Order: sequence, then C-alpha cells, then structure tokens
Amino acid sequence: MTASTMPLAAASDRRSGLPWGWIAVGGVLALVAAQVYGVLTSPPDRDMGHLQKIMYLHVPAAWNAFIAFFVVAVASLRYLWKGRAADDLLAASAAEIGSLLTGLTLALGMLWGKPTWGIWWTWEPRTTSTAVLFFMFLAYLILRKFVDDPERRAQWSAVVGILGALNVPIVYMSVRWWRTLHQVQGSPMTLDSTYYIPLRINAVALMIVLVAFIAHRYRSAMITQAADDLEDRAALMEGGSRA
Amino acid sequence: MSNANGRKTATVVIASVIVVGAFTYLMLGNIEGDVVYFYTPTELLSKGDAAYDRAVRLGGQVSPGSVQWNAEALDLKFKVREGTKEVLVHSKGAPPQMFRDGMGVVVEGRYRRDGVFESKNLMIKHSEEYRAPKAGERPQEMYRSLMKGGTAS
Repeated sequence: MTASTMPLAAASDRRSGLPWGWIAVGGVLALVAAQVYGVLTSPPDRDMGHLQKIMYLHVPAAWNAFIAFFVVAVASLRYLWKGRAADDLLAASAAEIGSLLTGLTLALGMLWGKPTWGIWWTWEPRTTSTAVLFFMFLAYLILRKFVDDPERRAQWSAVVGILGALNVPIVYMSVRWWRTLHQVQGSPMTLDSTYYIPLRINAVALMIVLVAFIAHRYRSAMITQAADDLEDRAALMEGGSRA
Repeated sequence: MSNANGRKTATVVIASVIVVGAFTYLMLGNIEGDVVYFYTPTELLSKGDAAYDRAVRLGGQVSPGSVQWNAEALDLKFKVREGTKEVLVHSKGAPPQMFRDGMGVVVEGRYRRDGVFESKNLMIKHSEEYRAPKAGERPQEMYRSLMKGGTAS
C-alpha cells in the first residue's frame, strides 16, 4: 500500500483544478430551469396530457445512468488492466449516481405507467432488464461495503461492475429485440419539436449534474483513501519505534 | 488480514457470484427462450386448440368501431386487431384513461372456447409518438364520451 500512497495524494491534488462545487450548483440550476422551461412551453400531449412532462426527467435519468455505467465499465476494465486504486474509486463514484438515476428512472416510469398503461409494473423485457440493471448495481454497492480489503474489493467490484454494465445495451435494445409494453425509443420524427427540444436540454443539464457528482465523489474517495494510507503508515511507524 | 475477515470476504464474494449468476441466467433465459410478452391475434389464432384456456397475453390495436361499453354493468367488449385478424375481447371494469379506438392494447387473460378472450387485466401500449393536439382535436373527449354510455362513434 505504501508505494501507492504518494501518487494517490498527488493525483487528488492535480485533479482538484476545476471548481466542481460551482459546476454542480450550475448543473442543478440548469436542470431546474430546463424543467420549468419544459413544463411551461410544451402543450399537453394528444393522448396523455400533462403526464407527458414526466418524460423530461425519466428519459434524461435513463440516458445519464447509461453514461454513468459506461464510465463504470471503462474504469473497471482499466483497473483490471493496470491495477490502479484510482480507477476503482472512479468506477465506484460512477456506480453510485448510476444506481440513483436508474432508481429514479424506475420510480418515474411507474408513476407514468399507472395512468398510461393502467398498471404500476409488469415484467416485460424493458422493465425487467432495467430492474436487473438496478439490482446488479445495488449488489455492486453492497459488495463494496462488505469487503474490507481494498484490493479484493476493487477486483471483485470491477468484475461485478463490468457484468452490470453489460446490461446497458440489453436495456437499451430490449424494446427493439423483444415485444414490450414499453414504447420504442422516440426520435425527432415521432416527437413534436415542442417535446424533444426540452427533452434534450434537460438531458444535457442532468449530464452536468452527473459529471459534477462523479467528480465530487471521486475526489472525496481519493482524499479518504490517502488519509487511510497515511493512518496505516503512522500506525506502522509507531509499532516500529516501540519494537 | 485475519482469518475471520477472510471468511467474511469469501462469503460475500460467493453470495455476489450467486446473485450475479442468477440475474445473468434470467437475462439469458429471456434471450434464448421463445417467451414473448404477448401474442398477436394471428399468432393466437394459429395455435389452434393450444390457444384455449391458458393464461396468455394478447396484444394489438383496438379495432376502430368495435368498442361496446355498458356503463351500468361496467362491461366492455372490443376487438383486438393486428393486420387482418381480430379477436373479440371481453373485460370487466373501466379501462385505463387512454383507451380508445385505434389505441395499442395488451390484455392478460384466457381465450375461451367460444372465441371470446376473457381479459383480467387491460393495459395500454402507448406508442413512441408524442404530438401536440391539432386544432379541434380532443382524443380525451373520446374517452369521456365513451364512458358516458353507449358505443364509441
């Protein structure tokens, strides 16, 4: 562990260059503004009336969860390849917000499903694959809490993280590969511009929040790890001087 | 690392592998099996005798002009269509808000030997179309007028 301490601390210093706190505040403000813009400017949908507004958070949450899990996959692969603790911590940070956003996607989908589909939930391919994605990343986060040895934790998390992220293309393509109750992806062809423009603005705003969240969690994890390493070294030296 | 810690780690790792394995199996099972979420009227009718009296889902469009709604008895009859094939569906209770002529639906229930699909659960399959209403167009009025009584226009 001692060998990795110095680069870790140095890395956390180097990466603190961008003002992530302000970027996070800006992202949240942008998201609130985008939500208000969407709610105020788009008319009630032909079929679902104002229920359609749920789309402005449900869809960006799903897209950004996909991005977060892509980060998990890349960082986990890099960890398995290079064995750097920083990659493990980056994967964990991305997995946290990815899980949160997947939970939000499911919750909003259920709120929309009850009045639209007539039911809160059904086990069709899109909902099932999304639930699997969600539970795999909950398992990922639980695994991290239970394994104390950092190296083992990192190795096993990387494996679970990669397996979990493999679900992302399945979730995305589920509505095309199988028959579902969920609709297929919309596009500017199927969405009037009054809906897809606010949808895209909201997705970008949420992406700023996503990146700031990952950066913040990553930075604090790096600092915590550096502090832990220092503590370990101090304990070792104390033990050594007593002997 | 102490022995107790090692055992704890091993337990968690084994548990995670089981969980992940189970989910993977479920997913692959979904891919390889011929399990479909719903049958189309064509598929249901082509099953012959095997179509009857099993719990199945049937999906298609509400055949325009086929809706018969009895507001007092909360009794609904309509046809589900796909291509040229239709199946008559009977359902109890008020349908979801977006139920109307031409809407996508999935019904859960049994196909009876008398040729009526007895629905226990009526679900709307909304398309990926999101459109602002055109001038004078009020689909939600259709549902309201339908629910007030009689047949849809």
